Amino acid sequence: MHELSIAMRLVESLEEELANQGDVTVSAVNLRIGALTGLVPEALEFSWEIASDDSVLKGSRLAIEIVDAAGYCPQCREERIIANLQSFRCPVCLTPITKITGGHELEILTLEVLDKDETVAETEPT
Amino acid sequence: MSQPRILDIRKKILNKNDELAHDMRAQFAANGVFVANLVSSPGSGKTELLRRTMIALGDRYVAAAVTGDLATENDAERLAQSGSLTKQILTGTMCHLEADMVANAISDWDLAGIDFLFVENVGNLVCPGDFDLGEDIRVMLVATTEGEDKPLKYPTLINTADVVIINKMDIAEAVECDVPLLERNIHEVRPGAEVFKVSAKTGAGVDEWVDYLQMRFEDKRIQVA
Repeated sequence: MHELSIAMRLVESLEEELANQGDVTVSAVNLRIGALTGLVPEALEFSWEIASDDSVLKGSRLAIEIVDAAGYCPQCREERIIANLQSFRCPVCLTPITKITGGHELEILTLEVLDKDETVAETEPT
Repeated sequence: MSQPRILDIRKKILNKNDELAHDMRAQFAANGVFVANLVSSPGSGKTELLRRTMIALGDRYVAAAVTGDLATENDAERLAQSGSLTKQILTGTMCHLEADMVANAISDWDLAGIDFLFVENVGNLVCPGDFDLGEDIRVMLVATTEGEDKPLKYPTLINTADVVIINKMDIAEAVECDVPLLERNIHEVRPGAEVFKVSAKTGAGVDEWVDYLQMRFEDKRIQVA
């Protein structure tokens, strides 16, 4: 369960990014998480609520895109998706794959933000 | 209603850890320190293997160790019996080591006087996987008592290991461990890993592992020079 650590690093990292963005509300955080990271998306979402609670990111939604594990097959000379993590082999020719090319991603892609004055306007009855 | 603005970030979540690990790796290289990050589940025998490894290296090299544990200093005390420089990192509730914890632990050590640095991670087969500690090799221990399918259950961590050490070979038969099957499972989830079979308790097989470490150390010295 290192999702909380990851969520805390995520908050730190995003607070830096948001420091010069003015007064904004973050509605969504878009991430890419690789299948080889060992992270459980549900646990990360749960941890996110805790980690972001005291920050400008409070109330934002994590949108997690899972990236497949992938590796280079030296026999086929092609990059292959490794769907079965119990067997690191080329799904076509069954050659063992030693060179991993995808699946370790832990990336922040984009933030969806609303400028604060607009959010206030939305919540006030007109 | 206004549409949200999209801010393009494109940044690694662990960029701070990765950058620090990158700097540490450069420092280790400049000082000729070979670094191994040991991972395993709790109770696989990391501390005992490390103690024996450091004693074996002790004649010719200076070995040091930092060891991560949730709550006790027992591991560092045991490792200190080898006569080597050791330091305990208490992680509290953290299930893994991060680069800054290692950097802080070794901050008052003179790296130029150290040949081998062993980082004993917290016993955990998932969490340490994502955190680069600036190591040259990641070593995973799996004990014969853990069952032959352990590698298949934790493929994400073992796939990042350069070396897999099967420990507790002395009781493999008693616990009915099918060692060839365990080896096949290791190679299935981590093709190309170096595999050693040892008993940290009796010392059997430890020489081959220590020889491998010396070879890697000498290789690194040549590359850096």
